[in-house]
Amino acid sequence: MVTTSHYLILGSALFGIGVLGFLMKRNVIVLLMCVELMINGAGVSFVALCRQTGSLEGQVFVLFAMVIAAVEIAVGLSLILLIFRNRATLDVDKLEVLKW
Amino acid sequence: MVKDSCIAGCIWLIPALPLLGAAFNCLLGRRVGNLLVGIIGCGSIGLSAVLSLFIFNTFLALPVEQRRIEVNLYNWIPSGDFSAPLTLLLDPLSMVMAAMVSGVSFLIHVYSTGYMRKDESFARYFFYLNLFVFFMLLLVLAGNFLVLYIGWEGVGLCSYLLISFWYERESAARAGLKAFVVTRFGDFFFLLGIFLIFVNFGTIHFGSVFEKAPEVLSTTTATWIALLIFAGAIGKSAQVPLHTWLPDAMEAPTPVSALIHAATMVTAGVYLVARCYTIFELSPIATHTVGIVGLATAFISATVALVHNDIKRILAYSTVSQLGHMFLGLGVGAPGAAIFHLLTHAFAKALLFLGAGAVIHALHEEMDIKRMGALKQYIPATFWTFTIGALAMSGIPGFAGFFSKDAILHATFVHGGVLVWLMILLTASFTGFYTFRIVFLAFFGEKRWDVHVERPIGVMTVPLAALAFLAIAGGYMGVPHALGGMDKIGGFLAPVFSSHNPAEPAEGGAQAPEILLMVMSAIAAFGGIGTAYYFYMTPQGKEAPNRLRQRVAPIYELLSNAWYFDRVYQAVFVEPFMKAAGFFWEAVDSSVIDNAVRGVANSFLGGGSIVPKLQIGAVRWYALFMVLGITVMLGYVFLLM
Repeated sequence: MVTTSHYLILGSALFGIGVLGFLMKRNVIVLLMCVELMINGAGVSFVALCRQTGSLEGQVFVLFAMVIAAVEIAVGLSLILLIFRNRATLDVDKLEVLKW
Repeated sequence: MVKDSCIAGCIWLIPALPLLGAAFNCLLGRRVGNLLVGIIGCGSIGLSAVLSLFIFNTFLALPVEQRRIEVNLYNWIPSGDFSAPLTLLLDPLSMVMAAMVSGVSFLIHVYSTGYMRKDESFARYFFYLNLFVFFMLLLVLAGNFLVLYIGWEGVGLCSYLLISFWYERESAARAGLKAFVVTRFGDFFFLLGIFLIFVNFGTIHFGSVFEKAPEVLSTTTATWIALLIFAGAIGKSAQVPLHTWLPDAMEAPTPVSALIHAATMVTAGVYLVARCYTIFELSPIATHTVGIVGLATAFISATVALVHNDIKRILAYSTVSQLGHMFLGLGVGAPGAAIFHLLTHAFAKALLFLGAGAVIHALHEEMDIKRMGALKQYIPATFWTFTIGALAMSGIPGFAGFFSKDAILHATFVHGGVLVWLMILLTASFTGFYTFRIVFLAFFGEKRWDVHVERPIGVMTVPLAALAFLAIAGGYMGVPHALGGMDKIGGFLAPVFSSHNPAEPAEGGAQAPEILLMVMSAIAAFGGIGTAYYFYMTPQGKEAPNRLRQRVAPIYELLSNAWYFDRVYQAVFVEPFMKAAGFFWEAVDSSVIDNAVRGVANSFLGGGSIVPKLQIGAVRWYALFMVLGITVMLGYVFLLM
């Protein structure tokens, strides 16, 4: 029997992997993928809790989140493209001009 | 009634015209050139003078009981029980004052166009002068204490500005400051007096205050109010012990000394006490104080004037002394005589100052009478007019000062006693001596200077002539009854000092003493002049001043140091104050307050230099901090639950 807890564990795991990946990886594209993982982890938890309580609001949220994530990817990837064109690198640690 | 409303409609123009002139000279004066500045400056005052003479004329045609016109221009501060409308009041007292102020101001303005014609701050000068006339007219025409106080402070401000007119001279800047601070000291008490009046009466309107004064005020309260008001008058009118600013004020251009420090502003104190005479009458203590201060001032400054050599300082001490006469007149219950003396003194002293200005001008800023002499041949017009002024000042029969001084002397004899009268008689002979000391040393004798004489131009001599005429004719508005005159000015002013009838026509046989008193005062004046003649005009008297000086050396020292007033003030007030100020500056301000302020600034600066270091530009570090922060917040929330 798959219970809500399982879904929540899965969601948390996805989110945690996303966070850890975001902190540890240096490639910008991978960072973007990690952000997607976090969003989807949160989405899984939303849907699972939604099913448990029998309401629909959570699912609506998830749909919105997916749309916005798609948009974000579009914007993010085009930014990454421009960064690569200008700096010839995708290593975040080297993209550190914005500081005091 | 037509005349009534006609006057009421015009009064505001008397002060407004000088204000317009001031505004013009202030805003455009530097651009339009000296000629237009002079025309506007003199013209605005001239119109105001013509207007006030015209109103005076209409005013005289009114029946006595209607000679009190009030105009409410604007309700300035309506606040609860307190209301301070901008009220102008025209009664015989303010009428003669307004006419005198605007008239004398006009003559002095005309003279100034000649005297100041080479000064580069010509427009600024006329701006200040016009502004001064505005405030002075506001002061004398005020219908309540607050409006009077505005004028009072305004003339003080203009006096400060004009004393320090040549501000690049340090002595002038200091003298201006001194005048301002010393008069402000008196003004503070005056303001307290106004507060006390409001507390007791619930209004500051002249009419209601003076009408209700006898019922509302107990003798003690009346004494307090009167003394506080008198303290203001002491400061403004340079009476002992606050007289020290006036001799220093001679740093101002000479026409300013004539206008502000002889004819108008310094008489404001006399006007104020005369205006509040109803309150002073309620308190014998206050009246006596006024008389004693006046007597002391008259005597002390007359003695100081005997030994000074600076022509303007002599005249300044003479002014202080004559103001003392006026206060004595007020103190012995003769406000009418005091105002009469105020008028004749204004004419004579303005004349003397303008004449002195012409002398100084002729000799290129020479003020020491020891370095003058023989000027009679070089500037005859100045000589004759100056001599007329000196005669009027000394109280020679036939000239204006004689009648007014006699009125005061008579009242002094009747109400003040023989001793006071003798002192004033002695002062009168001093007056004759020091005024003619100037005349003899400056205009006669051998020539003790060596410059090219600059003759006064027409615009300077005409005002001198006009004032000389006034210094003779001015006296005939108050010929006493004893000489078969009508004492017109006394009768005209009498309704203002309601319950009082000063200088009552002496009845029958009582006339003899009054004439005797006149003869005595004339003898005293002639005695003073004769001594001056002996000292400075005759060969055998030439050594007399030096011998006398050696014989009474301590007295000479006392007098030439002006009774040590300035030294004492320097030691008692100025120096301790400077020391305290130095302490507060160095120990309190620089170290405590400045360091506290700087400490706060530095702490922010220090904090501000640390925080930006966190912005390292590394995205993943930011993310780590976010995660840590969120973890901490969530942990906190969970722990709480």
